[in-house]
Amino acid sequence: MGHFENVVKVGISEMNVVKAPWKIRTTGLGSCVGLVIYDDVNKLAGLAHIMLPDSSLSNKEPLNCAKYADTAVTELIRLLKNYGGNIMFFKAKIAGGAEMFPHRPSSKIMRIGPRNVEAVKQHLLSSNIPIVSEDVGGKNGRTIEFDTNSFILTIRTVNLGVKQI
Amino acid sequence: MSKLFDLSNKRIDILKEIANIGAGNAATSLSQLLNKKIEMKVPNVYVASFNDVMDLAGGAETEVTAVYIRIQEDITGSMFFILPIPQAKKYAKALMNDYVLQDASTMKEMECSVLQELGNILIGSYLSVLSNMTNLMVNPSVPAIQCDMFGAIISHALIELSLESDEALVIDAVIKEEGHQDSELIRGHIFFLPDSQSYKKIFDILEV
Repeated sequence: MGHFENVVKVGISEMNVVKAPWKIRTTGLGSCVGLVIYDDVNKLAGLAHIMLPDSSLSNKEPLNCAKYADTAVTELIRLLKNYGGNIMFFKAKIAGGAEMFPHRPSSKIMRIGPRNVEAVKQHLLSSNIPIVSEDVGGKNGRTIEFDTNSFILTIRTVNLGVKQI
Repeated sequence: MSKLFDLSNKRIDILKEIANIGAGNAATSLSQLLNKKIEMKVPNVYVASFNDVMDLAGGAETEVTAVYIRIQEDITGSMFFILPIPQAKKYAKALMNDYVLQDASTMKEMECSVLQELGNILIGSYLSVLSNMTNLMVNPSVPAIQCDMFGAIISHALIELSLESDEALVIDAVIKEEGHQDSELIRGHIFFLPDSQSYKKIFDILEV
């Protein structure tokens, strides 16, 4: 992944939107969920690196929209519309939500990976955005990259190789 | 810098001192176990954004071996002993008296349990210093081990912190074999990411 590729990088609890021919990627997803919402007619895609299932868990203002499943879905839709996207064409692909340390429950964030996945799915459903494919759960980290030309999401893992969905 | 992290130089110095003695203790344990000279650098203490934390230890995609211990009681937080995978294998092999490994590509069960115990001993040495210096109770969980991308591992601790903040207080101690050229390829890191209530307690006790 050199400097010469047209790739926009999204950090943890961040989001961004790109148009073709740009690609968009995020690295080191563990329990976090990488949510891609794309418009295959207008050829654009947004990616959010989500850490927590619900913004009501926060006691901090101002709220970082990209951090929570509920606000990330809403904000990503808004951004894509701003870039000329049409919600009728919006589709989603999701990856992540692993349990990196499954047998080490801690007080507040038990099963946080699966809870993040459930929350993202629920908010996509209520926004009428279909999930085309997903690679979620397990106990491995993931790096993901979405291609706005082919609409393929490439997932790289340490122990399970590379996968395209 | 957010209000959550009210860090004067004096406070940073105190945390550095705890890390210095704690990680020094851990380095001594490692040295005795491996029968090798282990050196330690002056620990770093800083407040970093989550993205900057993800970029530590060679970056979010760097493959590492991580021993993770969650601490509870008076001081709560996350402790990690992070090693590059080749270095972890080397230590495991040394600790198992060169027990022949069949498959070099994957981390075997035996290696994992040896490294898990190694991490447990090193973090335990560190924590006993922390507890003694502050007179606060520290109760470590059973250690967990994972070989994966650094970002996927460290984000586990960031999620814990993310309920209250978008930044982390990182206490980073580097230990490495003496005489080797310094690079992320051979560095071991002991990361201590205390929860926000914890370092307030530490400062209160030490009156800084």
